[in-house]
Amino acid sequence: MTRSISPALKAQRVLPGFRLTMGFTLLYLSLIVLIPLSMIVLKTSTLSWAQFWSAVASPRAMASYRLSLGASLVGAMMNVLFGSVVAWALVRYDFPAKRFMDGLVDLPFALPTAVAGIAMTTLYAPNGWVGRYFHALGIPVAYTWLGIVVVLTFIGLPFVVRTVEPVIQDLDAAVEEAASSLGANRWQAIRRVILPELLPALLTGFALSFARGLGEYGSVIFIAGNMPMRTEITPLLIMIKLEQFDYAGATAIALVFLVVSFGLLLGVNVLQRRLRK
Amino acid sequence: MNGPSLTEPRFVRWGLIAVTLVYLGIFLVIPLAAVFVKALEKGVGVYWAAVSDPAALSAIRLTLTTAAIAVPLNMLFGLAASWAIAKFEFRGKQILMTLIDVPFSVSPVISGMIFVLLFGAQGLLGPWLVAHNLKIIFAVPGIVLATVFVTFPFVARELIPLMEAQGSEEEEAAVTLGANGWQTFWRVTLPNVKWGLLYGVILCNARAMGEFGAVSVVSGHIRGMTNTLPLHVEILYNEYQFSAAFAVASLLCLLALVTLAAKSLVERKVRVGKEAA
Repeated sequence: MTRSISPALKAQRVLPGFRLTMGFTLLYLSLIVLIPLSMIVLKTSTLSWAQFWSAVASPRAMASYRLSLGASLVGAMMNVLFGSVVAWALVRYDFPAKRFMDGLVDLPFALPTAVAGIAMTTLYAPNGWVGRYFHALGIPVAYTWLGIVVVLTFIGLPFVVRTVEPVIQDLDAAVEEAASSLGANRWQAIRRVILPELLPALLTGFALSFARGLGEYGSVIFIAGNMPMRTEITPLLIMIKLEQFDYAGATAIALVFLVVSFGLLLGVNVLQRRLRK
Repeated sequence: MNGPSLTEPRFVRWGLIAVTLVYLGIFLVIPLAAVFVKALEKGVGVYWAAVSDPAALSAIRLTLTTAAIAVPLNMLFGLAASWAIAKFEFRGKQILMTLIDVPFSVSPVISGMIFVLLFGAQGLLGPWLVAHNLKIIFAVPGIVLATVFVTFPFVARELIPLMEAQGSEEEEAAVTLGANGWQTFWRVTLPNVKWGLLYGVILCNARAMGEFGAVSVVSGHIRGMTNTLPLHVEILYNEYQFSAAFAVASLLCLLALVTLAAKSLVERKVRVGKEAA
């Protein structure tokens, strides 16, 4: 130890506490996150391939994947579309109640999901404040696929707004000026100059909103109706299997679900890095 | 900025503002208002009866207890992890940071399920726990564990970028001048990151008190025993006691509003701290 410590290493180790804090970090991470999560793999490995396949590919499970993926996808797309408008208006324009609205955007992060669930269900029920208008048009919202989309849109709302907002703030005004002095009209400037700048942030917001929607449970179960094959999301199916003490079946579906969510986020990360280049 | 082609025509601006207000109105303002209106629909007497009911009071107590354990634990972890990650260089740092974020991308139901797999009667440690007459699942320890898991990253992910931005020159100076590790931490680092720490704690606390899915899996819904506030809302709602459900939900709404207000206050301080760095 006394012979040759490289200067760089020596300078870094001026501060004490690396072993203590790193040791605690790794211990706590293992106890709370890694060991409990590894139970999923451990439990699934007790199944034979046929048992695993019959759990994860049963018609009921397949229907729940379709519903969960589809509803989260539509919710995330709603948020990309409207969230970018909201972010743009909050950064660029002045209007009444702007500060209040800006603060309220984070409500879905702060509001317990069960509260969001019962509020949305009451609003969109056939006699609810909003639901009655849809009902008059012959479109039921609560207890259908559409109701799930509504709550997943709510749950994912902050993600796109909050990832796109700082990018709009940092847009270089000179580039917009250059585009306009080179004869581009406003629409061309937005499409050719601003939108490409926003794309990585939009994609991140989309992925976060989508991933959050996939896993969401608390708000959805109130409005979904929870009919097997029709309005049963995958997290609910996992819950039902647990209540029936079918732990292996629940775990197998959870494993598939986790792999899909991690894969999605990983894929978007890779795509994003390519877009930035 | 005000050149004719550098902003949108007036009708487009007003159109986008209108879209913003309608979107945020439908998804945020109306649901929030609905909770309070429904809570007070049958008068203050019913409201008071619902929130002062013994089952509600015991749910409030359990929710506060859970947060009082989970938040300090994750705060301690956040401080240790950010010290190790931001002040030192080591291999695998990126992997460690990814692992810390993992609980955010796990569905709440799966977050609860892993603790059932570990500590449940059929779980890995189940037989041992039964033999020693210890109860974790369907009891308070399980609720606390699941809450610690879902709120795991909040403080760490707030502090790591902040400490990295601030660098470690000040700490190195303190150590060179003869301060020991604890003195350096208490007198130099902690004052520098206090607003970021508070920000993380506020978000962590909101999630800890509002978590539904993960807690629902491990709770067993025993009234007066293992019922948290969000679970109590669900029970009342499913028993068609809508006014009572919304009355209890309005308490959680107030928590969310206080969280948002505190968050935007602290946000400004954090920004000032980052710019000063």
